[in-house]
Amino acid sequence: MIDRSTPPLKSLYQQLILDHYRKPRNRGELDDRTVEVLMRNPTCGDEITLQLKVEDERIADVKFLGDGCSISQASVSMMTTLLKGESLDKAHKLATRFTKMMHGDEEAARDPDLGNLRSLAGVAKFPVRIKCALLGFDALQEAMKKTRGEEEDAEG
Amino acid sequence: MPSVSTPDALDPSAVRGDFPILDQQVHGHPLAYLDNAATSQTPTPVLEAIQSYYRNDNANVHRGIHELSRRSTDAYEGARMKVARWIGAEDAGEVVWTRGTTEAINLVASAWGAANLEEGDEILLTDMEHHSNLVPWQLVAARTGARLRYLELDDEGRLRLEDLPGILAGGRVRIGAVGHVSNALGTINPVREIARQLHAAGALLLVDGAQGAPHAPVDVAELGADFYAFSGHKMCGPTGIGVLWGRRELLEAMPPYQGGGEMISEVQRDYSTWAELPHKFEAGTPNIAGAVAMGAAVDYLDGVGPERILVHEQGLVRQALEGLQAMPGVRVFGPRDPEGRAGVVPFTMEGTHPHDIATILDSQGVAIRAGHHCAQLVMKRYGVSATARASFYLYNTADDVDRLLDGLESVREIFG
Ligand SMILES: Cc1ncc(COP(=O)(O)O)c(C=O)c1O
Repeated sequence: MIDRSTPPLKSLYQQLILDHYRKPRNRGELDDRTVEVLMRNPTCGDEITLQLKVEDERIADVKFLGDGCSISQASVSMMTTLLKGESLDKAHKLATRFTKMMHGDEEAARDPDLGNLRSLAGVAKFPVRIKCALLGFDALQEAMKKTRGEEEDAEG
Repeated sequence: MPSVSTPDALDPSAVRGDFPILDQQVHGHPLAYLDNAATSQTPTPVLEAIQSYYRNDNANVHRGIHELSRRSTDAYEGARMKVARWIGAEDAGEVVWTRGTTEAINLVASAWGAANLEEGDEILLTDMEHHSNLVPWQLVAARTGARLRYLELDDEGRLRLEDLPGILAGGRVRIGAVGHVSNALGTINPVREIARQLHAAGALLLVDGAQGAPHAPVDVAELGADFYAFSGHKMCGPTGIGVLWGRRELLEAMPPYQGGGEMISEVQRDYSTWAELPHKFEAGTPNIAGAVAMGAAVDYLDGVGPERILVHEQGLVRQALEGLQAMPGVRVFGPRDPEGRAGVVPFTMEGTHPHDIATILDSQGVAIRAGHHCAQLVMKRYGVSATARASFYLYNTADDVDRLLDGLESVREIFG
């Protein structure tokens, strides 16, 4: 008999997560976006289209469209609430902290900068769902790379 | 060999003892394995066949004079005869070992397609095909200029057979590639009728039997198939082994798929001649232990009684459908009549993504699959991005189905 301990389902499906899943924030199209990225998880079909308006190294506005599980959609919804008005450097820092938290780093999970995203700390105990939680941040990283690449092209 | 209580009905509790993997706790609950359309579990006689092969007989096939090579060749060719019999093929030379269904279909698409398709020819597919029976045809279509035609689906997940005469009337269809049973909907397709119409139009039929061969007796001649592909791991065998059956004259006329050892008769600097069937299509050292184990899997299923497996699954489908249909917000995909489907039950729950359903069920030891099931055209047809899917096999019990339904109640509590 092989026994595996029960993962804490309650820690996965927190009220805050379900709330963002049912009522996603910043969902929709951003007409004056400067960059857009579509991220897909091909194994499960989760999809996020992230749209940013970047001005002077700052995220002036952000919206997303998406289709997927509660974890991927709540995560991107929470992420957008933290990004508005933040510098690209700060956004990058958040992405790094969040990724650390997903890989079980407890110190990262206590970082107040992560705000509501800390409610996703329990996902770290569900290895097959970590990708879901990271999908929005993957899109963010890609969008920032694109933005910086274009700036370099313009300067170069 | 499994013992059964009555001659007609399959008693799953009598066979469960043959599957050691089922006897375990997952997340503190007994395992209810309901992901059989993805892969099935392996009974002790098959596990023992693999071990015995490596412990006693392991040697390369067809090339040694020594005793072990004789034994491994006998075991390998003996297994070929067993799987030939499993699908009603009289000529074991028509049975080619492959890595699985996917490689079998790629073999036909490449080797037959390259020799027989030209610009303007058409390949008939359906909207319910597994990506394994779509992408190889897309590749060969791009190479040859052939065009893909699709038979569409009705609202209950059945093929719109009434459209077939119109598609064939153009006179350009050379081959149809159709699933025997859909892994994404459970639909059992009217293969015989499709074969009849294709043949009347001068076209061939490849049947993707990945979900057909494991669940009921198959007779390729009676089905009217020209090619039939299936996988060992979905019928109590190991991964990495499968079968392409094809009519001898078709296989003989086809060029080889891969070149290498084993598949040649004579090699010169500038040319080679090919070995006899089926070896012409088996380049390199094959998965000998896999083939032997697939033979053992067929023996095992024969002992259980293949005609009883599908009937047993349909009983579980009926129970699952009744339970699901009583739940508000649940949508079930595929034919409503359990007789028209195999042991595959795909569904969605309003307000809850299939992934979340699968995670919650997993935390209770109930293993199902969530996603597009390698059938994105099916998802598109029914306007969903994913479904949850429970799929049954001979060892599943009514209790497994109850566990599934109870689990869905707790999904509703969390997401409700
Ligand atoms: C209908 C169908 N066709 C083809 C395949 C591919 O089989 P394999 O991955 O064993 O090659 C599968 C397996 O999921 C299937 O269900």
